Amino acid sequence: MKTPVTLVTGFLGSGKTTLVARLLAHPELRDTAVIVNELGEVGIDHHLLSRVDERTVLLGNGCVCCALRGDLADELRDLVARRDRGEVPAFRRVVVETTGLADPAPIVYTLLSEPLVKHHYRLDGVVATVDAQHGLRQYESVKQAAAADRLVVTKTDLADPGPLIERLQRLNPGAALVKSSFGDVEPSALLDGDERDPRELAYDDSPAHAHEVRAVCLTLDGPIDWTAFGIWLTMLLQARGEDVLRVKGLLNVGAEGPLLINGVQHVVHPPEHLPAWPDDDRRSRVVFIGRGFGRDDLERSLAAFDAAARA
Amino acid sequence: MCVLCGVLLSEHWAEQEGGRRGRVFRVRLLNRVLAFYGLRLDDWSGRVWTLRDAKGRSVVVADLGSLWIEAERLAGRPLDPLDPELVAAL
Repeated sequence: MKTPVTLVTGFLGSGKTTLVARLLAHPELRDTAVIVNELGEVGIDHHLLSRVDERTVLLGNGCVCCALRGDLADELRDLVARRDRGEVPAFRRVVVETTGLADPAPIVYTLLSEPLVKHHYRLDGVVATVDAQHGLRQYESVKQAAAADRLVVTKTDLADPGPLIERLQRLNPGAALVKSSFGDVEPSALLDGDERDPRELAYDDSPAHAHEVRAVCLTLDGPIDWTAFGIWLTMLLQARGEDVLRVKGLLNVGAEGPLLINGVQHVVHPPEHLPAWPDDDRRSRVVFIGRGFGRDDLERSLAAFDAAARA
Repeated sequence: MCVLCGVLLSEHWAEQEGGRRGRVFRVRLLNRVLAFYGLRLDDWSGRVWTLRDAKGRSVVVADLGSLWIEAERLAGRPLDPLDPELVAAL
């Protein structure tokens, strides 16, 4: 069985280490290996803690988001080898705490593409901390929040989290959102939380402000041609990769169950066939988080590609 | 190279379905799009593709990711699927 990896990201000073330290204090996370990039002011007292120097390997003429994080790959491989030899406790989960400026995409890429790493590990989810006092300070923190499956709004004792929560829900409505002060979050809320159903979420379709990153949701009534979708999405990510931070959704490709699509920037998980739809509603819905496009632009274009496939 | 190019992955994520017939269909559909930019794609031995422009320049591409990079280079302009003129042409 593959060992789940939880990625904890968040901007400088947003409370990542406090959150990780508090989580590790829970008895159910005793069997967790922790990889950090920096040992900050908040100490993590844990029996299986390793520190790695962030080392990004640019591959060929590739883009930055799809670079391989060599440090992380080395450490993950080493952890498995040491576990097999009985040199470290038999951990059942890994938590990776990134630096505050880290781009989550290369880490996701490493977990999905490095042969030994993907054989032994699976990405369980991305948790991003955003502090209520400073919010989304730079584009790095926007990228981190967009990549998240779960968002933790920290320092809620210091500032009213209301405006930030509103902004985050516009940016990444699919992520589960938890409020926290001093890292007081139950592990189950971050590690085992259910996905939010895109149909139950509210999307703001009003014109976006220039350069504003936000989520739009495509809903398609009939089945979509998978070949057309693959061609369309790869072309879109090549043309507008810098502006598409996240793609996630369920596609009706005419099979019994939906096809699960999940990508962070250019890095796309291998699509996964789910055995069945959750209910009778079989419409495709795909959430795009980014800037410079609206729902109508995406829908018109995808419909044209799909129609070309059926012509 | 990024995952778009499929490097380090055994198969590009967008090409995992359909087998041989799917590959033929994919080339046909890609040519509908590429024709808008004056480009043409041909299957070469069922493993890679050759991409050509009207001047006769050609390049071998392995999968969808590298295809768009090379197509952009040969066309000399971005290939944006949201371009209203492309959408109308399809």
